[in-house]
Amino acid sequence: MTPQSLDLVGVGKGFGADDILKNIDLEVRPGEFLSLVGMSGCGKSTLLRIVAGLERPDRGQVFIGGRDVIDTDPSDRNLAMVFQSYALYPHMTVRQNIATPLRMRRLSLPARLPLVGRLAAPGAVKAEIDRSVLDAAQMLQIDHLLDRKPAQLSGGQRQRVALARALVRSPAAFLMDEPLSNLDAKLRAHMRDELAALHRRLGATFLYVTHDQVEAMTMSSRIALMSEGRIEQLGTPDEIYTRPATLTVARFIGVPTINLLPVRIGGDGVISAYGRDLGLRSHHAAGPATLGLRAEDLHRSDEGFEVRIHRAEMHGADRFIQCTLLDDASVRFTLRQSARDDIGADGDGRMRLFFAPERAHLFDQSGLRRELRVPEKAAA
Amino acid sequence: MATLRRYVPHVVLTLGAGFMLLPFYWMFLTSIRSPAEIFDISLWPIPRNFDAVENYGRAASQVPMARFMLNGVIVCLGILVVQVLTAVPAAYALAKLKFPGRKLLLALVIAALCVPIQSLALPLFVGLAKAKLLNSYFGMMMPFFLSVFAIFLFHQSFRRYPDEIVEAARMDGFSEMEICWGLVLRGSLPALAAFSVFSLVAHWNDLFWPMVVVSDINLAPPPLGMLFFSDAESGANYGALMAGAAITTTPMLLCFLLARRQFIAGITMTGVK
Ligand SMILES: Nc1ncnc2c1ncn2[C@@H]1O[C@H](COP(=O)(O)OP(=O)(O)OP(=O)(O)O)[C@@H](O)[C@H]1O
Ligand SMILES: [Mg+2]
Repeated sequence: MTPQSLDLVGVGKGFGADDILKNIDLEVRPGEFLSLVGMSGCGKSTLLRIVAGLERPDRGQVFIGGRDVIDTDPSDRNLAMVFQSYALYPHMTVRQNIATPLRMRRLSLPARLPLVGRLAAPGAVKAEIDRSVLDAAQMLQIDHLLDRKPAQLSGGQRQRVALARALVRSPAAFLMDEPLSNLDAKLRAHMRDELAALHRRLGATFLYVTHDQVEAMTMSSRIALMSEGRIEQLGTPDEIYTRPATLTVARFIGVPTINLLPVRIGGDGVISAYGRDLGLRSHHAAGPATLGLRAEDLHRSDEGFEVRIHRAEMHGADRFIQCTLLDDASVRFTLRQSARDDIGADGDGRMRLFFAPERAHLFDQSGLRRELRVPEKAAA
Repeated sequence: MATLRRYVPHVVLTLGAGFMLLPFYWMFLTSIRSPAEIFDISLWPIPRNFDAVENYGRAASQVPMARFMLNGVIVCLGILVVQVLTAVPAAYALAKLKFPGRKLLLALVIAALCVPIQSLALPLFVGLAKAKLLNSYFGMMMPFFLSVFAIFLFHQSFRRYPDEIVEAARMDGFSEMEICWGLVLRGSLPALAAFSVFSLVAHWNDLFWPMVVVSDINLAPPPLGMLFFSDAESGANYGALMAGAAITTTPMLLCFLLARRQFIAGITMTGVK
């Protein structure tokens, strides 16, 4: 099956009075790995379930490979899904679980029955199914578990069985709902590589839900960031990180979380904080605004803002330093340093920080990104 | 003190269990005693004259006991099979499908739980009589074919079956019936066992309805048969009567013991007690 595109046009969905999805437009290109990220409860799973046909949208259209599928049954959409809770068939062995999507598609009803099936099923098809099951199991390193029941597996093993059950077919697209959320850090990193490699090898379309931004950043060709039932931004990982379209996006993406400095835009376009000209200009209307500063864009500078250090966190190669602004203790900063360098604080645990002005992000009061200008002379 | 606290509940429960079992014990005792000892209030298990062979012999030979038992089996299994066939899909629909009016239907099911069979006896009797179905197995079974209790019990159990497994099955192309019987019911076997025990015991022991619709002794299930028996014997031979009662109780006891673990899991899991 060649990879297909997935298109959502104006999709809306509510449960009772709550509008969970508000007018979603999303295009997943054929062969693309698109991640949906967002806070818990923002509607990611609901969106995935609408694509799968398990939930009917109140408004809007869904296309798979350009075909309108709004009235198509889930099984006829030719999609493979990995559920957040694995959803393995509890009475089947791992082998039977992985074989089920193939058996349901390739064997007729009598051939699937427990006893009659032995006689009715064509041997060649069965052998082929067995081989595909073994391949999928080997790829996910669960071939030694094939004869166990799901109840006898650990969470991580179940998750891999669920992945194997999806990967055993070559569907129009894969839908995955946080498939790695229950794996330990090491296995998760391994599975990230595996999935990325798999995506390259199969060239299949992936719509991948996660709330782990590392997964999204490392695997996806594009990321759609959702918040409160809306897509805040759709772009490559690089775009999302370097040019966040809204404050929500900026806050969601990036470890540690982006630093936010309350600023004022003056009538002349001068941006200032705590009475200091920051050497930045904006054409946006005068008023309060927020400056987003990534931890790695902060550095020590004798003319900078004075901060008090609260904690230094070692992260191997890097060190995160958490501090608060002396001018306003409610403003917290996290600074990222190389662990080899000296922290550089004085005896009282204070130091002065400034930022790279050309890397700052300006957000207006409604949280939308606004352009910044760095006048030549002010680049300090 | 601590040991006392540990044993007190057991002692209380044992006393309670003993009290509940007393009638059964008495039944058994009477069934092996000679007529002269029947009215002794002693609970001593060994009778002076051991009349078990005589009593059980009479119970088995004087009335068609095997026939009664067979009738009981036919009626109970017939009822159970139809109840399960109808209640399982209904409960599945109420628990796992979305459709308008679902809440109302569920409320009706629960309301119907409160209607006793006695209050429906008259219309049912008239209906069966008009249809000339009195004195038939069908007449004995028909009122119980649709069991709201079964629907309610299965609904409680099915509700807990994970929705995502049902959805995975839909994506894999299972039909709703395959999902209902092959997945959801399979995950509720304890509820099925519990309901089977409830249903079998209730209808095996039911005297009321067979008495209403059956006058032919050849169709009588065990309790009604016992009634004919006691009439025939003018109620004098309690030993044989109790032997008959013991014989008819045994299958239910075995049925419960076989399904005991599943039964208990079933009633604790579904929150029905
Ligand atoms: N069947 C339903 N009935 C009512 N509300 C629902 C239903 N399904 C989801 N919701 C609500 O819709 C919102 C979005 O749910 P959804 O499962 O899509 O979130 P999510 O983004 O997947 O979150 P998470 O990351 O925790 O999985 C939640 O507030 C949830 O309570
Ligand atoms: Mg979810």
